Parts: sequence; C-alpha cells; structure tokens
Amino acid sequence: MTREITHSQAVNEAIAEEMRRDERVILIGEDVAEAGTPFKVLSGLVEEFGTDRVIDTPIAEPGFMGMAIGAAMTGMRPIVDLMFGDFLFLVMDQLCNQAAKTHYMSGGKLKVPLVLRTNLGATRRSGAQHSQSLQALVAHIPGLKVALPSSAHDAKGLLKSAIRDDNPVVIFEDKLSYQDKAPVPEGEYIVPFGEANVVREGNDVTLVATSSMVQVCCEAASLLEANDISAEVIDPRTLVPLDERTIIESLKKTSRAVVVDEGHRNFGVTAEIASRISEKAFYHLDAPVVRMGAMDVPVPFSPALEDLTVPTPQAIAANAGRIFRGDLLHAI
Amino acid sequence: MNSGRKNNAEQYLRMYRQMVRIRVFEDQANQLYLSAKMPGLTHMYSGQEAVAVGICEALTNEDRITSTHRGHGHCVAKGAEFKAMFCELLGKEEGYCRGKGGSMHIADQNHGNLGANAIVGGSTGIATGAALTSKLLGKGNVTVCFFGDGATAQGLWYEVMNMAALWKLPIIYACENNGYSEYTATAEIAAGAITARAEAFGIEAHRIDGQDVLKVNELAENLVSRARKGEGPFFVELETYRFSGHHVGDINREYYRSKDEEANWRLNRDPIKNFGDWLESQSIADADELVAIGNEVKASAEAAVAYALDAKFPDSSEVDMHVYVGVDHALPYIDGSSK
Ligand SMILES: Cc1ncc(C[n+]2csc(CCOP(=O)(O)OP(=O)(O)O)c2C)c(N)n1
Ligand SMILES: [Mg+2]
Repeated sequence: MTREITHSQAVNEAIAEEMRRDERVILIGEDVAEAGTPFKVLSGLVEEFGTDRVIDTPIAEPGFMGMAIGAAMTGMRPIVDLMFGDFLFLVMDQLCNQAAKTHYMSGGKLKVPLVLRTNLGATRRSGAQHSQSLQALVAHIPGLKVALPSSAHDAKGLLKSAIRDDNPVVIFEDKLSYQDKAPVPEGEYIVPFGEANVVREGNDVTLVATSSMVQVCCEAASLLEANDISAEVIDPRTLVPLDERTIIESLKKTSRAVVVDEGHRNFGVTAEIASRISEKAFYHLDAPVVRMGAMDVPVPFSPALEDLTVPTPQAIAANAGRIFRGDLLHAI
Repeated sequence: MNSGRKNNAEQYLRMYRQMVRIRVFEDQANQLYLSAKMPGLTHMYSGQEAVAVGICEALTNEDRITSTHRGHGHCVAKGAEFKAMFCELLGKEEGYCRGKGGSMHIADQNHGNLGANAIVGGSTGIATGAALTSKLLGKGNVTVCFFGDGATAQGLWYEVMNMAALWKLPIIYACENNGYSEYTATAEIAAGAITARAEAFGIEAHRIDGQDVLKVNELAENLVSRARKGEGPFFVELETYRFSGHHVGDINREYYRSKDEEANWRLNRDPIKNFGDWLESQSIADADELVAIGNEVKASAEAAVAYALDAKFPDSSEVDMHVYVGVDHALPYIDGSSK
C-alpha cells in the first residue's frame, strides 16, 4: 500500500520507526522536543519516546555535536538535529576532525554511528546565514557519508539507512520541500546508499540533479520535451558513496550532461561529478559537461537578487538546449 | 530616581521618544509581515526597549555595538533612521545594506552599529575584536555586545571573555535575559547564575531590571565611563521580556509560555508605559505631550514605510557586487576573465 505524505512526515516516520526498532537511537538538538523544531518536523516524538531520548539542548552546536560523537563511540546511535545547514560551520571541527577520522585513526577499533540531520536551500528570504547549501564541504571529508533526499520517499528511506549505518552520515533535507507530498509505501523499506535514481528517462541529454534541483530539472525536462529534446534526469541520492555507474551509463546513451546542485558552483559538487564524467565517459561526450549551481555570492536577502542566484528550469533547459545543438560551447 | 531631573528633562524625553520609536517600528514591521509585504520573517524587540535605549544613550557615535537577530531595537537606539531600515527590511536598494542583509543583518556603519547577526552568539568575537581595536588605537571608545540569554550557551563567548579580561578590553557584555530562547525557557538551558559565568573570569557583573530605562542608563553611564578609562570589561544581565513571539510567525505559543504571563508583563512591566507614568508624575511631561510624541513617531514611521514600499529593488547587476573589496563584480573575477 502506498499513500501520499509530506517530506516532513516522512522524516518523522523514519525516526519514529528506527527509535522503536532500536533503543540506542536518540535525538539531540535545539527545540527538538515540545517544539518539534521550528519546521515542526519532529512533532510528536517526545510524547512517544520521552525526554531521555528526545533531548532539547542549549544553543551549543559544537557542544552537543561533540557529545553525540562520544555517545556514539560508547554505544548509542544519536541523530543530531542541526537546525540550519549554515550552522555546519559551527560543528565542523567535531564533525570533520573527530567523527570522520575516529574509525580510521583507531585502526578500525572505534566507530561513530551517528546521523547529522540538517538542511539546505535558498529563496526563503532568510539571508546569507540561513540559506546555504553546504554539502560539498562535508562530501570533501573522507569518513563521512553524505545523503541528499529529493522526495518524501527518499527522505524516509535514506534516513533509515543512515540511522542503521555504523558511520557518521550527514543528511541534508531541502527546507523548502518539507510540505511537498509524494507517494510513500505504508510498509517498511529503506533506500540503500550509492544507488542513483533515474527519475525520468530520456535520450538526448542527461540532467544530473541533487536534492532541491531534482524537481527543477524535471521541470526543465518538460520544457525541453516541448522542443523535442528528450532529457534524462538522474538523482544520485548520495554523494558519498556516489553511484558513478548509473551516471556514466546514462552518458553513454545521451553523450551530453548538465550537472545541477544548489551549492556554490566554484569547487563544488557539480565540479566533482562533471570531472568524473569527463574522466570516465570522455569518448562518449559530444559536448563539454555543463555545471550549474548557486551563484558564487553569499545568498542575498533581497528577493530581487536572491532569485537570480539559484538555477531555474528555464536556465537549465537553455543550457541543455545549447549543448544539444552544439551552440556556444565556448560561452558556457 | 535621579535628582536634577528637571535638568535632564530633555534627555528623558529623548529616551522616551527612542523607546517609542522602537515600539512603533516593530508594530509597522509586524503589519508588513501580516499583510504579506515583507519578505521572510522578523524577530520583534517590543518589550525590551529600555535595554537598548538605556545603554545606547550612554554611548557616543564613535562607540560600537554588535547586535542580534532581534536587532531593530539596537539599531534604532544607536541612531538609525526609519527610511533606510524599512528599505532594508523590504530588500530595497536604499536600505542600510542595499537590501543584501535584511532584518537579521542590518548594520549602520555611521552610528557604530557593526551589525545584527543571525548566528546566535556569533557577534561576541566581533565585539571583543572591536574593543581590541579601541585599546590598540587608544581612542577611548567602548563596545557593547548585545546578546540573548540563549547565546550564553555558546562557547565562543567564554573564549573571548577570557581574553577581554586578561587584556582589560573596553567592552560591556549586555545579556538581555528575556526568559526564553526560541521555544525554551531559560531555566532549562542555563545552569547556575549567568552573572557567575562572567565572575569566573574576574569580570565585574551586574544583574538589573531591564524594564527600567533610568536604572539601565545609570548603570550604563557608569560602566561606559569606567571602560573608557581601561577598567573594563564588564558584564550586565538585564531582566526583560519579549512581548511577542520568537518571530512574527510564532502566534500559537501557549505550549511554552502562558497568556497570563504575557499579560502580566504587558500590563505591569511595559518599559514605555512605566517610564511615561514616571515622566508625568515628575511633571516632566503631561499625558498630551506623550501622546503627541507617539503620534508624531507613528506618522514618521508610516511615511517611511510608504517610502520603502515604493522604493526600488537593487539592480540585478548588484548581485555579484560587494563579494570582494576592490572587485566590482565577483563572477568574472573568480573565473579570471576580468583580468
Ligand atoms: C548558532 C545558531 N543556532 C541556532 C539558531 C536558531 N535561533 C535563532 S534565535 C534563537 C534563540 C536565541 O535566543 P536568545 O539568545 O535568548 O535571543 P532571543 O531570541 O530571546 O532574543 C535560536 C536558537 C541560530 N540562529 N544560530
Ligand atoms: Mg532570549
């Protein structure tokens, strides 16, 4: 049986199911209990699991991140709630110097099974410190797995995989899509890491899209279809590990790719994926791989400026159309 | 209260007026939100006016402040004007930050406001650094670091407080304890006395009623003048209350804060009403004069809002300006094509 639920409900269900399944799973973060977070994603959990397992913290991100690592090393399975992805900068030392390296530095003796849940996405008029998409930063660090669900279905399935994983996992939710609905099975399921989703099949151009950009690329694909260009949309779903094979297979068919992610373009997720395509599918390519991401500026507050910084279906379709026609390759 | 009050009448009326300006500004901001004319959300300062005004009245233009996500009050109290503030809230070119910052990032360089901050506790380092500059340049100016009770949980503050104490920096840490951080009561997030945190570093700490603008101002005058002489740093915890929700969208809040509690503060501990009553009781102003101040401020705020609503958005070419100092446009600079 499948019903439609929101991204937010999907996250809530995943956590509730895993907390029922395994007593060691705990939630920790700011206003996660009675308030259920500012996004109301966690509403109801404290009523079921109590304040021992759904723990409200002071505003001390490096502190509770560090404590979650210690708890994870000693038998718990914490889910850390980081209210905004932008606050990653506060926890980077604990996450990247401690959590990411502990298993390796201990020669495989210690492990840190924790999940850091946070979010990404601009255009919410929240200003430069509440709008960033920072997945590239953590994907850069060996030892961390990184997941980017783009639908309610994947939000639930990937989060359940993350909670069961014995490694530190950072999972980014798209804060603008919490109320979006999608079909989600009633029963138990997980979405394994490292398996891309072919969201839409096509032959002429591949749009590789993550998180918030998957929907935008689907809209771009519809625009392209009206011009008789058939676009395939691929959502890698996890950056680490990356399902390179599905992407390369698609490229062998289409020979053209646009890679879209809401992080900054410069030294970002799209750069990595584009270069893997160039390395692994070079002889299949008919055009340079195009990268699109958030404009390389801090996210401006003014709506008149903010809307310019995020890729739109029109801009993606335009770039895909150009490489399809072989136009203006040098200008991209 | 203070003797010599007749001599100070002008100053008292200015303080009253500044508090009214903050309240009126916030009422207008709330209206903009409710009528869907404001992009995003904003955190209102109403109820806490005596803190910002009592402290900023003790400062000069050369003194610096750092502010928070709940920053409109600090901004007004430090000398900002309505037009450029409303323009900023609406993302317009004539805003203090050309629309790039918004409510949570308003900065007003001309009056020494180094900026609001959307990272809780994020300004403690900046403020302490500004105080280091004052000491190094020997100009005798002082920095006030405003932050909430919630921010006392952030470790950065303890690191910089230690250095401020070691190096006797001219800084006043002003903790506005409004009883809540977001949807959580302060008692649930703060162990021990907050003043004791500063005292642990050997910093002179005070805890006062943040609703009494004269008391706040008297203490601020004292600490500012001593800080100028190198006797800082200081810490002040000001007991206060936000009359509204955490932000303009926080409407149903009984699950964390009772209506009775809110009503009680509004009725008995409104800093503006109480100060107005005092001004009347001391025959410094009569009721009509106070009403006239309110009306005049309201008219000027309405005019500023109308102006801001009509004002231009920044031109799209501004989007990659101001990323780097000395670089007109960041994008061609980053990819090297501007050379
Ligand atoms: C580092 C960081 N963590 C969390 C938040 C989300 N947040 C915004 S305001 C706030 C509460 C701040 O409380 P307090 O310092 O008491 O200030 P108040 O809102 O009461 O003025 C929180 C948790 C944030 N902006 N920055
Ligand atoms: Mg507070």
